[in-house]
Amino acid sequence: MSAAVKTVKTKTVKRIRIDVDKCNGCRACEVICAAHHAQPRFSSTNPARSRIRVIRYPLSDIYVPVLAGEYTAAECPGRDRYVIGGKEYEECAFCRASCPSRDFFKEPDSDLPLKCDMCESDPTLEEPLCVQWCLADALVYEEYEEEAKDEPAPDEVDEGLLALAHRHGWERVRDAMTRMANKAPGA
Amino acid sequence: MRYAETGFNLEVDLTRGNIERVPSDPGMTEHYLGGLGTNARIMWDRVGPEVEPFSPENLLIFGTGLLAGTPAPGTNRTIVTSISPQSGLLAFSMMGGFWGPELKHAGYDKVIIRGKSPELVYLYINDDQVEIRDASRWRGLGTLETAEVIREELGDPNVQVASIGMAGENRVFFASIEQGRASASRQGMGAIMGDKNLKAIAVRGSKDINIARPMEFMEHCNAALKYIEHRDKNPIRGVIPILAGLGSPQEMAVHDEQWHTENFMWGNARERRKGFWTPEIQEQWTGTMEGMRTRLLSCHNCPMKCGASIAVDKRFCSYMMKCFSKLTYTMAAYSDLDFGLRMAQKATEYGVDAFSCPQTMAFAIELHEAGILTDQDMSGMPKENNDRFFWLMDAIVRREGIGDVLADGTWWAAKRIGKGAEEFAHNNIRKTEQLPLKLGMLNPIYFLMYATGEKANITQIEGQFPQSPFLTREENEAFVEDWIHVPDDRFKEWFVEWEIRGEKSIPNYPSVEAACEIVHWQEQMHYIDDSTGMCAGLSSFPLKPPFHIHNLPGLISSGAGLDLDEDGLVQTTKRIRTLVRANNLRRGMTWEDEKPPEDHWRHRFPELEAKLLQAYYSFKGWNSDGVPTRETLHDLDLDFVAEEFAETGILKEEPVGSAT
Repeated sequence: MSAAVKTVKTKTVKRIRIDVDKCNGCRACEVICAAHHAQPRFSSTNPARSRIRVIRYPLSDIYVPVLAGEYTAAECPGRDRYVIGGKEYEECAFCRASCPSRDFFKEPDSDLPLKCDMCESDPTLEEPLCVQWCLADALVYEEYEEEAKDEPAPDEVDEGLLALAHRHGWERVRDAMTRMANKAPGA
Repeated sequence: MRYAETGFNLEVDLTRGNIERVPSDPGMTEHYLGGLGTNARIMWDRVGPEVEPFSPENLLIFGTGLLAGTPAPGTNRTIVTSISPQSGLLAFSMMGGFWGPELKHAGYDKVIIRGKSPELVYLYINDDQVEIRDASRWRGLGTLETAEVIREELGDPNVQVASIGMAGENRVFFASIEQGRASASRQGMGAIMGDKNLKAIAVRGSKDINIARPMEFMEHCNAALKYIEHRDKNPIRGVIPILAGLGSPQEMAVHDEQWHTENFMWGNARERRKGFWTPEIQEQWTGTMEGMRTRLLSCHNCPMKCGASIAVDKRFCSYMMKCFSKLTYTMAAYSDLDFGLRMAQKATEYGVDAFSCPQTMAFAIELHEAGILTDQDMSGMPKENNDRFFWLMDAIVRREGIGDVLADGTWWAAKRIGKGAEEFAHNNIRKTEQLPLKLGMLNPIYFLMYATGEKANITQIEGQFPQSPFLTREENEAFVEDWIHVPDDRFKEWFVEWEIRGEKSIPNYPSVEAACEIVHWQEQMHYIDDSTGMCAGLSSFPLKPPFHIHNLPGLISSGAGLDLDEDGLVQTTKRIRTLVRANNLRRGMTWEDEKPPEDHWRHRFPELEAKLLQAYYSFKGWNSDGVPTRETLHDLDLDFVAEEFAETGILKEEPVGSAT
């Protein structure tokens, strides 16, 4: 007889801690990010393609590195504007999304969205390159374990339909589904 | 495909309002790299010796360094070249910041301005879209104010702006071009920009900069970053704090100013104040700096923090400052740091050089005290000392009253004022104000650098070799242990043997021969930086920098796709340096202009100095007049210079049969 061992499923979370007070505004993170993601690797650089951006307003002493997050097809219904310690940050300054409301985090020539991938590559890097190149330690890489919830994986069909709906609207998707389902064999 | 550089220059004729995107010749890159090198060639080809500084034919070139904008740390420099209104010679004023890399990303290596606009305008470069836009309503606006209104007008906070203030508009001979975090301050480039009626150049770019051999290039970059971290943890022992680390002197971070305040001169390079730095002063100045400094700042892609946001009467930042400008206003006015930082804020908005402007104002005060400038000349001047300097600066940048005379700098002003004023304009080389430094014993290395530095600016030739030996031979030996930067081990031997006092001390040691080589090496490193756009703060200026003669050939070659080894880079640098000199020689500079200020050292040695100069000329392959010989020019592919010099008589034909 043995006691039942309850196993906790965990996952590794990768995080970049951003200390805006330590940022000296040099944009090395942008330069090395763009170079790392160039094809072939390091064959070019261009901060406009970077997946990290330092939002800089020197005369307000504002320097905020922001990592590119998820792509979103639609703007938020509302926008935000932070005031911290008397400094007024630009609209949606702390948002990571590649979104229609601004030209951040989009490839300059194709407009395709950019997203930080923590420099996942083969061979694996010890730390994302923006962190390695930030000698000011404004960017610090951290890893920790977090309990993984047993969430059902999102249904692939659901996801696909959602994307189509973003692009064409639910009405057209519904019409197309009805039309095609009626024509389908066995309908 | 072109690597590191874009292969295109932007040619702008402000008279006709014409803009062209012109491909550059890759052969020029091979011969002159970029930045100062290619600027000097364009000036040679297109700006003859007859062209006056304030002439539509004079060019104003904003030339990014060959590596500017690449991932190599510290490659962010733009070299601004024209003919200086102050010296009448070739100017190469430099700025870091963010403007140069942005221009590269917009798709251009240089912006070449010619002509004069009928109205005050600014240039807007946004990738392929380039426009000349009206700026007439912004006349009189400060440099940072101008950048802000431009960003507002364009609706883009990320536009990089290089602009002039009132000083440039009114052609003050020491007007600067300001770029927020950085400035091209020396040699009056702001005045040339103002003469062309160009208020600003605003740049935004979103194109790629390509690297020729990426993996090799990145190895150099990563090694440099590692070395920077190493140097950060291992400051050089036995030297004053501002010389111990990398970057430009860390004036924004370091509070201990005993060395500057007690060794540099106050007033117009007039007086040394031993014992000035008391604990009370230290406490007061530290409080001032900490009260006004809100953040240490870097330039594009550089881990050093040589600059700072300074908040004067504003909560977060009213301007950005760097280096010795921290103290120049304070010391010129015999005032305190609070005054100096406030004055520098005004100076930044007006756009003036922080060496020449304070000295010129102090010069005026001294002339007034000596009765050479009368109460009438100074009519309207306030009674209080600090107020007088604010008043003088306002008059200079507007060219009002005596300000109109002073706006030409101490050398020209003294000529116009007469009555013995020349005696007071004592700190110039080639009509340009120098660092306010006066010393005892002649140092042969510094003698040569002051005399022959083509820019007449000591900080832009000195760097690699310590200014003096340590107290003991053991310390000298310890210093050379990890001195991998020297071109050859004999440099180490020269240093180890060097003594503070005794047989092997200045002025007779280092020997004439050693002094020539030491100067040559230090100068060479600067010419490399000025052509690649590498900041001197990571290469030519500090002791034991991350970039040096042994790793720069690989960095440059792998970045730009060149095939340069150490000999090749040395030869290329010689070519650039010689062409810069050729530009000055054709404009009338002679060996007689190559002398430090008479009072720079108390103890002078005319015979030794003459010997040093002649030995250096001959080491460089120049004749006894300091003109590169036909052979030297031929060896450097500069036969076109030899031809012109033979025609104009600058180079006298050598006797027939002297050499074969």
